[in-house]
Amino acid sequence: MTTDPCAVRAHDLGKTYAVRGVKGGVRALDGLDVTVGRGIVFGLLGPNGAGKSTTVKILTTLTRPDRGTAVIEGVDVRRRPDQVRRLIGVVAQRSGSDPRATARENLVLQARLHGMGRHSARARATELLARFDLAEVAGRLVSTLSGGTQRRLDVALGLVHRPAVLFLDEPTTGLDPEARAAMWAEIRRLAGDDGLTVVLTTHYLEEADRLAERLAIVDHGRVVAGGTPDELKGELRGDAVHLELPSGTVPAQVRAVLEDLPPIREVRVSGGGVSARADNGAAAVPAVLAALERAGTPAASVTVARPSLDDVFLRYTGRRYPPESDPDTPSGDGTPPGRETPPGADAAPGVQAVPQPGPSARKEAAR
Amino acid sequence: MTAAPVTAPAPRAFTVPRLIGHTWLLTGRRLHAVARQPAVIAGNLVQPAIWLFLFGSLFRRVVDIPGFGHGSYLGYLVPGVIAMNAMNASMWAGVAMIEEIDRGTLNRFLTSPVSRVALMTSGVADQAVTTGLQSVAILLFGLLGGAHYPGGIAGCAAVVAAGVLLGTVFGGLSNAMGMLLRQREAIIGFNVLFMLPLTFLSSAFMPTALMPRWIRVITACNPLDWAVRAGRSALTTSPDWASVAARGGGLLALAVVCVGISVATFRSYQKSV
Repeated sequence: MTTDPCAVRAHDLGKTYAVRGVKGGVRALDGLDVTVGRGIVFGLLGPNGAGKSTTVKILTTLTRPDRGTAVIEGVDVRRRPDQVRRLIGVVAQRSGSDPRATARENLVLQARLHGMGRHSARARATELLARFDLAEVAGRLVSTLSGGTQRRLDVALGLVHRPAVLFLDEPTTGLDPEARAAMWAEIRRLAGDDGLTVVLTTHYLEEADRLAERLAIVDHGRVVAGGTPDELKGELRGDAVHLELPSGTVPAQVRAVLEDLPPIREVRVSGGGVSARADNGAAAVPAVLAALERAGTPAASVTVARPSLDDVFLRYTGRRYPPESDPDTPSGDGTPPGRETPPGADAAPGVQAVPQPGPSARKEAAR
Repeated sequence: MTAAPVTAPAPRAFTVPRLIGHTWLLTGRRLHAVARQPAVIAGNLVQPAIWLFLFGSLFRRVVDIPGFGHGSYLGYLVPGVIAMNAMNASMWAGVAMIEEIDRGTLNRFLTSPVSRVALMTSGVADQAVTTGLQSVAILLFGLLGGAHYPGGIAGCAAVVAAGVLLGTVFGGLSNAMGMLLRQREAIIGFNVLFMLPLTFLSSAFMPTALMPRWIRVITACNPLDWAVRAGRSALTTSPDWASVAARGGGLLALAVVCVGISVATFRSYQKSV
């Protein structure tokens, strides 16, 4: 069908939502570029409101970008949306299954809407019910199924027509840990399918780290870093050293002290503490503590960690990754996003300012 | 490469077989859900039955008013209650649409190659089926109560058809409102505001000959009245088929316009989603 070696290619995507009371609207995407190779699990990682869902909505023809181009398997999403819809499978944040129909009926209908005949639709439904461990509940109304079971059905619905690219938008949000682990196993299994490309959005660092072969970190409507999780972490060269400071200590002073120490690099103030890197974090700790003691600004605690995606995020955005907000809040659907202000990286010195997402202000852009 | 020029969209896969096929599948989906709740179907008949028998008894004597022109008030009432029921039932279609949006079902369909028109026609087609069945039931209630339908089967069919078309008008409007406003409250407010005025500004309960002039003028523009009059005329001994066809044609045209408006709302939905 196409000679494009990439499953997804998006260039300079921009999208602003009109929001009453916000002059100029809310910018959800601001020049986002992303390229996804075939046959991999690709992760779009970012905090809520970063623009991941808007990206998926554009790539799945649900909405149109204000600017930029997007191509799925060589087919332009703006010019040939109908053709794109045959190439993609979509598992959206919200279930999308019909709660008043049975699991089997949902699958059969989806297959028939994709043009399958009655018999092949039934056969395909049976196949997917077995594969996703749904055979036992095939005849039950979806409204009576558990959240994790419904999610498996959602994935099955996305795969009915054997798409080339499967979009999974926050597939584990709202699932309990057990169901989440099961879903992760399922996604890994999908990647083994011949040729299926999976585009996964998530705001869970761990999920991205475990599942995605390649990642794009999205923040404020653009991609700030990309690569394999190991590449991204490897670029940080060294361990993360994080100092918590007692209240009253000025982080800038501490930073000045640390910057004079040879093994310490990339010192930055984050939250109420100070973060830095060192090739051998553990070995650097005594020198750090001694220097701070001499300067009269002792630390409250020190942690040393191998680099994580959290650190990658800090490095590219200048702020720590927002803590996981309550995963069970998929409200605000269909409404444009609230403006997200960056949790102040340099604000509120002396206070352990874990950036607290205001529940309404940080909804993912127009889920 | 900069932003691609927005070229004319590629030829829409707007093929009639696909439209019909998808409407069939999606209507079947909705009717299946309705059929699972027989209690709801029965419950929905309680209200028209109350209207029919309550008003039929309460105002039994109005036929004695000079100029009323009908022998039995119950018989007079049947086409009125059918039209009223058709409108009442269909006005809530938009709430179901909002539920589909909230649940994500609409988005699932929109990211599949589903005919956009079929999404909307199925939203009124299921209503048409239930409205048709309810209209038949109301006709039977009337028979039980002693009403006569001199128009026979053809007349009864015309009453049911008028009810179905009227339901499609309000179903299409309600779906459009659901898509644009996406608030149940808006639909509830609209329905509460318009349901009774539209019903009483018609000849459902009182012949136009006995109305004040200003009400008569409004009534002539009320699609509910078109359905009532078309139905009532069709049930008489010698129906004036020309006027039945004129009013029915008016309803059909309006139904097409309203469903067309609801299809057009996908554009605005796509912008805001």
